[in-house]
Amino acid sequence: MSNEVLHVKERDIVVPGEVIAEGMGFLPSRGLYREGAKIHAGRLGMIAIEGKVIKLIPLSGVYLPKLNDKIVGRVIDVLMTGWRIETRSPYSAVLGLKDATAEFVPRSADLTQYYAIGDYVLCKIIAVTSQKLIDVTMKGPGLRKIKAGRLVEVNPHKVPRIIGKEGSMVLMLKNATGCNISVGQNGWIWVEGPAPEDELKAVQAIKKVEEEAHLPGLTERMKAYLEELTGKPVEIPTVTPGASAEEHEPPEQREEHREHGQHPRHGGRRFPPRR
Amino acid sequence: MAAKAVKQEYPKRQDGRDWEEMRPIEGKVGIIPRADGSAMFRIGHTVAYAAVYGPRDLFPKFMQNPETGILRCRYNMMPFSGHGERVRPGGGRRSQEISMLMNKALLPVLDLKESPNTVVDVFIELPETDAGTRCAAITAASMALADAGLAMKDMVASLSMGHYNGKIMADIDGYEDCDVGISDIPVAYIPSLDKFSLLQLDGEVPKEDLIKLLNLAKKKAMEIYKVQQQALKAKFFAEDHQHKKVKQ
Repeated sequence: MSNEVLHVKERDIVVPGEVIAEGMGFLPSRGLYREGAKIHAGRLGMIAIEGKVIKLIPLSGVYLPKLNDKIVGRVIDVLMTGWRIETRSPYSAVLGLKDATAEFVPRSADLTQYYAIGDYVLCKIIAVTSQKLIDVTMKGPGLRKIKAGRLVEVNPHKVPRIIGKEGSMVLMLKNATGCNISVGQNGWIWVEGPAPEDELKAVQAIKKVEEEAHLPGLTERMKAYLEELTGKPVEIPTVTPGASAEEHEPPEQREEHREHGQHPRHGGRRFPPRR
Repeated sequence: MAAKAVKQEYPKRQDGRDWEEMRPIEGKVGIIPRADGSAMFRIGHTVAYAAVYGPRDLFPKFMQNPETGILRCRYNMMPFSGHGERVRPGGGRRSQEISMLMNKALLPVLDLKESPNTVVDVFIELPETDAGTRCAAITAASMALADAGLAMKDMVASLSMGHYNGKIMADIDGYEDCDVGISDIPVAYIPSLDKFSLLQLDGEVPKEDLIKLLNLAKKKAMEIYKVQQQALKAKFFAEDHQHKKVKQ
């Protein structure tokens, strides 16, 4: 354990190939690699040191799908028994019929009555294969088709800061602007508010979090910024650990396709959910 | 490039540089907002702009590799970039070859395994050229690839070395490049692996001199490497600075 040297500090920006530490006492985490006794950075990012483990938080790059990620996706194609969803990554996902709706869908049904091309959905990734074939589902709390509002695009690596610890940042944004904000891990964020002005304020605030995500003291700065933006006092929410603000979304109407007309074959009669 | 018929004698380099001195270098990162990663690299009067897109969907589908993502480089000299004849726009034999060797020079540091079936596109534009364009292109491309957040072992630093009458010179310019007596030897160096990923030779050079030349090339490449590192970090420092200003 002799001659161990750490060449970086917490929150330092490192570039690929840079020597982070020397000696076998340190453990490289994802994004770092060991070459002999030296630990090098394996991509551009910010350093986080947790005891002997050195981590690298990426700052740029495209979104790569991960299991259990909640994402905002766009329907790009209608398949025989499902939909193809754009995930803002190099790969598209499949939303199967079983995962899309609880009700019985007859063979001849027109699937665009449920989700049409161009619709946005808040969905969850339930499977990712080694070849990055993705399955998503609409079954889960808060998952739904998105109707009104606007879409904000942010760097997917800044999403954890936009959500904040236990969802504190997004809760503060929601409370301050009065908007409903759905954050997808893929960097697509859906903002829906009582008025367009409120939505614009929320978009502005989200953009500011994105820009300043790698700087310390973000919550305090955002509090001041939101107070200036809305002209109202803003509280930093105290979130109890375990309760994620992401789950606080209001229960939206579930049977969105109803408006498209009645069920084609059954005279509008609906079947109970299939087990 | 028209070669002079008579071999000239040089007491020193024509622009007054030392034999082992490079032209002034400059690097910038994040200059093309719509690209996933971008960079500019300038060495003397040679300027390379690099834009990286991806990993993204690759078509036609037969080009996809299910085991790894692939790298696709495009090198392009702009029509009025040189001080010789106008370069015919569009691809040609030369640009195709350089695109290919850029690919081979950059691939050893890249790990595209986490995104199979995709492509990473690198577009290089050269608005101003004065020799050493492939080297400037590789240097700019590796900065842009790092900026795009790709998994990389290291960056690649590249420059063209010269050999003339037993003398070794670093970073030859357009005038020297056109001279028949001077051998042009572009190299690309990967510091952490201590390996060369590009070595070409236009002319002739004795073995002992080539070894000496490569040792000097490593030293000079490290100077370029420092500029690459600083440019990547400066992107974030510049942002810090901006925010302080806004706050006041």
